[in-house]
Amino acid sequence: MTWVNVVTQGILLGGLYALFATGLSLMFGVMRLVNLAHGDLSIVAAFLALAIVDGTGLNPLWTLLVVVPAMAGLGYLLQRGLLNFALRGDDPLPPVLVTFGLSIILQNLLLEVFSADSQGLDAGRVENASVRLSDGLAVGWFPLLTLVTAVAVLTGLQLLLSRTQLGRSFRATSDDPEAASLVGLDHRHVFAMATAIALATVAVAGLFLGVRTTFTPSIGPTRLIFAFEAVIIGGLGSIWGTLAGGLVLGVAQALGAQFSPGWGVLAGHLVFLAVLAFRPTGLLGRKVPA
Amino acid sequence: MPLLEVDRLASFYGDFQALFDVTLAVDEGETVAVIGANGAGKSTLLRTVAGLQDRATGTVAFDGRPLDGVPTHRRLGLGIAMVPEGRRIFPSLTVEENLKVGVVRGRPGRWDLASVLELFGALADKRGRPGSLLSGGEQQMLAIGRALMANPRLLLLDEVSLGLAPLVVRRIYETLPEICGAGATVVVVEQDVGQALAGADRVYCLLEGRVALHGRPADLTREQITDAYFGLGGPGGSSLAPRSNP
Repeated sequence: MTWVNVVTQGILLGGLYALFATGLSLMFGVMRLVNLAHGDLSIVAAFLALAIVDGTGLNPLWTLLVVVPAMAGLGYLLQRGLLNFALRGDDPLPPVLVTFGLSIILQNLLLEVFSADSQGLDAGRVENASVRLSDGLAVGWFPLLTLVTAVAVLTGLQLLLSRTQLGRSFRATSDDPEAASLVGLDHRHVFAMATAIALATVAVAGLFLGVRTTFTPSIGPTRLIFAFEAVIIGGLGSIWGTLAGGLVLGVAQALGAQFSPGWGVLAGHLVFLAVLAFRPTGLLGRKVPA
Repeated sequence: MPLLEVDRLASFYGDFQALFDVTLAVDEGETVAVIGANGAGKSTLLRTVAGLQDRATGTVAFDGRPLDGVPTHRRLGLGIAMVPEGRRIFPSLTVEENLKVGVVRGRPGRWDLASVLELFGALADKRGRPGSLLSGGEQQMLAIGRALMANPRLLLLDEVSLGLAPLVVRRIYETLPEICGAGATVVVVEQDVGQALAGADRVYCLLEGRVALHGRPADLTREQITDAYFGLGGPGGSSLAPRSNP
């Protein structure tokens, strides 16, 4: 029963990782940009929610209504004002350097404004309430909500990509930006829309993280690593792969931690390395890049 | 006033100059062929008109309006559509999605999903398939259809026959009169001189980035064309250009 419990808790934790990985996966898929400031942006969202909660006393989950559009808007402006310029030319280095710099700037800005104190978002009763499934197996409502949200966000993204004009323009621009311009798509706008959606999912991830655990201005890079591992394990360019990658990472960490509390993160890294070594395209990644 | 007016155009790839002083004009409703050997600058000419070539000097004017600084995606809105060399189908989009992806900026008119699929019947049965799984000829049809969806006033066709069987090429060229009849002015770049001359009102021959010859196919002899094509008529071959009105 212990193992069933461990795996269950791992899957629920994996929901959060999948939520984190979604935006990273989308941005890489559309514009081949690895956003090193991804984790820090999620922490920005968490602090934004914290500021609203402190000011109004609302439940942090309600602040999603403000934080998600705000982060989406920030994403659009960030892409149009900065990242599009870093993506000019074929050199892969400028986007990496620019987002690395952005990561450092964001951490220090948060430090200036909010200090280095650990903060948390208090979502009230839902945070600790759980449902008992059987002897020795209980599931927390909040982790369950996180997983359900992750599945909903990824399903929504999949539908957007496959059914809408915006999704078509993402795929077309990803395939061939020059041919996309010939059919009237402005890649600068298409990229900015992708980043806006990516940061909207990042906002959800950051807020759920803030409710689940405490956060400080400097923990962004750790979230980035977990998101990055989830994307690689699942397979680049695959939406369901991102979900699978998050779940595998969550289960690996939970199992590792069961053996010894210090092994949780290590076990996640080992699974990540094993995937890179034996199945570099990821669990659900495309065999041949199109 | 010509629909497309190219004046003393020069175009560069880095330090390499691909076009020198190219001047040409295309009237509304005409079909103009641009021929020339490999590397003569034909594709560069079309790419510059479409706005894909940012290192260029001289002027390109469309409907009397200079296109300096107008990006490619806006030129489509003005009515310039291009079928690029190599077809450049979006592999992760289905046939239908390839056609629909471009309709945002297009102009209203004769062509829509239904009429394009009717023009290219071979695509209608495969509309749910990924574009990458089509045959070369079908991909070419899809590329032309994708450009038509914007209802262009000027359609630029780059190397339509490249790598296709003669029968397929003929079938594709048979659709040109219908496309022109729907109001499009067409500029075709071709290596297949016979094909180009058969369908065109006028022809320009490029040689090493310069216009070596232009005129109506009926007014040009085979020798003139061969000389201009291969540059056999003396330095640069430009002396061969007839002084007749374009």
